[in-house]
Amino acid sequence: MTDLLDILSNPAFWVAVLRIATPLILGTLGVLLCERAGVLNLGIEGIMVAGAFTGWLAVYAGAPLWVGVGVAALTGMVFGLLHAFLTVGLALSQHVSGLGITLLATALSYFGYRVSFPKVNTPPTITPFAPMDWLPVPILNAQTALTLFALLLVPAVGWVLYRTPLGLALRMVGENPQAAESQGVSVAATRTSAIVAGSALMGMAGSFLTLSAFNAFFFNMVNGRGWICVALVVFASWRPGKALLGALLFAFFDALQLRLQQSGDAVLPYQLYLMLPYLLSILALVLVARKASYPQALMKPYRKGER
Amino acid sequence: MRLERRHETSRAALVLAPIGAVAFTMVVSALLVLWAGAPVGRTYALLLQGGFGSVFAWSETLTRAIPLILTGLAATVAFKARLFNIGAEGQLFAGALAAVAVGGMHGGTGFELSPWVLFPLMMLAAAVAGALLLLGPALMKNKLGVDEVVTTLLINFIVLLGVSALLDGPMKDPTAMGWPQSVSLQSDLELGKLIAQTRVHTGLLWAVSLAVIVWAIFKYTVLGFDIRAVGANARAAAFAGVPVTRTVVMVALLSGALAGLAGAIEVAGRTSYVTLDMSPGYGYTGIVIAMLAGLHPLGVIAAGVFVAGVLVGADTMSRAVGVPTYIADVIVAASLIAVLVATLLTQYRVRMTK
Repeated sequence: MTDLLDILSNPAFWVAVLRIATPLILGTLGVLLCERAGVLNLGIEGIMVAGAFTGWLAVYAGAPLWVGVGVAALTGMVFGLLHAFLTVGLALSQHVSGLGITLLATALSYFGYRVSFPKVNTPPTITPFAPMDWLPVPILNAQTALTLFALLLVPAVGWVLYRTPLGLALRMVGENPQAAESQGVSVAATRTSAIVAGSALMGMAGSFLTLSAFNAFFFNMVNGRGWICVALVVFASWRPGKALLGALLFAFFDALQLRLQQSGDAVLPYQLYLMLPYLLSILALVLVARKASYPQALMKPYRKGER
Repeated sequence: MRLERRHETSRAALVLAPIGAVAFTMVVSALLVLWAGAPVGRTYALLLQGGFGSVFAWSETLTRAIPLILTGLAATVAFKARLFNIGAEGQLFAGALAAVAVGGMHGGTGFELSPWVLFPLMMLAAAVAGALLLLGPALMKNKLGVDEVVTTLLINFIVLLGVSALLDGPMKDPTAMGWPQSVSLQSDLELGKLIAQTRVHTGLLWAVSLAVIVWAIFKYTVLGFDIRAVGANARAAAFAGVPVTRTVVMVALLSGALAGLAGAIEVAGRTSYVTLDMSPGYGYTGIVIAMLAGLHPLGVIAAGVFVAGVLVGADTMSRAVGVPTYIADVIVAASLIAVLVATLLTQYRVRMTK
């Protein structure tokens, strides 16, 4: 018990929570945008891998860090455009298209990495984002600017969704595309924009791993974070504020299991602690499922003139 | 852009669509070969040769195809009923672990059973382990509306960590020099070789027979009819008197069992023990194979052999010209997307508006 108090009273723990939460916040907002427009995007896991890789590669090649983040966002947009073409343009299964994109983006990234660094055993490193130690706010000043960006993005996405005509159109195509179309909103264009924007955030979520949390690209470094974002969106009932809360809660347990694992007197095999995040995600899905208010048109393809 | 349904689709188009899509993928993937600085023609020739160019190549390809056909069948059964089982990877490991628990852990505890009893028990345990793993997500989907894609995906991570814990602890082989590796199966439970001097084992017969059985279930049984009805439109099926929940449960059990058997057959035919790297993502590749086959159980055999050949050929090719083996994964994933589009074009025509 004292152990737990020790952990919780240590600022380093809360620094870790916020750091672990950052890619989840970005990724969850990305999924949220897509789903609010009525499209599931299971490409997230692969898009995060691709963003982590291309962002890092750009910086390794000499680009400034923020350009690296931009490259990662652009990578996400390209895959988002492909997903939009398949699911909005051709009305193919959103599940299968997303999984296909995850497989493709992951394979392309690994291929690109191996072509760029054929005989390298230790991954080459870059100088990642520095902490914002000039900031007079504790805990936050141990984070990098990308975390601040993610935190500021939450109200920004909320504002766009609930306070702008664009957000209204986006929510409308996710709830009732027929009605949106009759109001002169283009379902295809709105959904495509939402997927592309959401996928850009997914790419940036990946780049946080290589440009801020670590300083190199590793295989399997995304390790299911994308799927957890998909679960978090359900947990958050498709609301940006709750998405932030969910990501923080999740990161809290993840950081806690890390500490418990390291505290030495762990009685259980370390793998059981590592399972916690995945078990929590499933638990969250089950608990929230009953009252979950899915966007009504989620996963329903829309074809003009068809009912 | 809008889609118009075609009035009829020719049988030839249905068969040619996936072939054309894969050919298209190979052409586009040539850009990656050029990026890697290798000659395109020679690279592809080596890839085909490595996968299909000799008796040895065929034996390796068929060996690799065995788990792929089984996970492909698992995906086919589930996807037909629109149960998106992405958990075949975890189910495969659960099956492998169950097989070793029955066929390798009992020695010394007093009960000695004839392999004639033990072998069916081992396969049954693997099938049950895989089936139970999918039952939860299927019921959660059916009763609570929890998306099964996310739950089955997350369960994969949980199972792999569980396997890792067991291989470090209770199931660790004490003679494995510290490697996280399970105890081995009793040697009399291992599957025989199909071709002497190669690695192809009789698991291939299992895989092919199961494909035929699944095909027969779809074609000739009430369950098969119910599965297709639920997959086409669950609400209409329920209205027409199809027992939806029971069908979903049966689909989950069947799909999970097939993936579980993939693990057991891999252990009994190839590795004889469980390690964490015994599957390089067979569960996920199975999804691609099911889609390439157009969810046709017999097509799964062909698609499984094709994908296995690409994966095996890439290894040989990579050693010769240095193009990373990941190109095989790119080709497989891109083929999936291309086949989806090609199949759609056999059913719809795209008309540009404005």
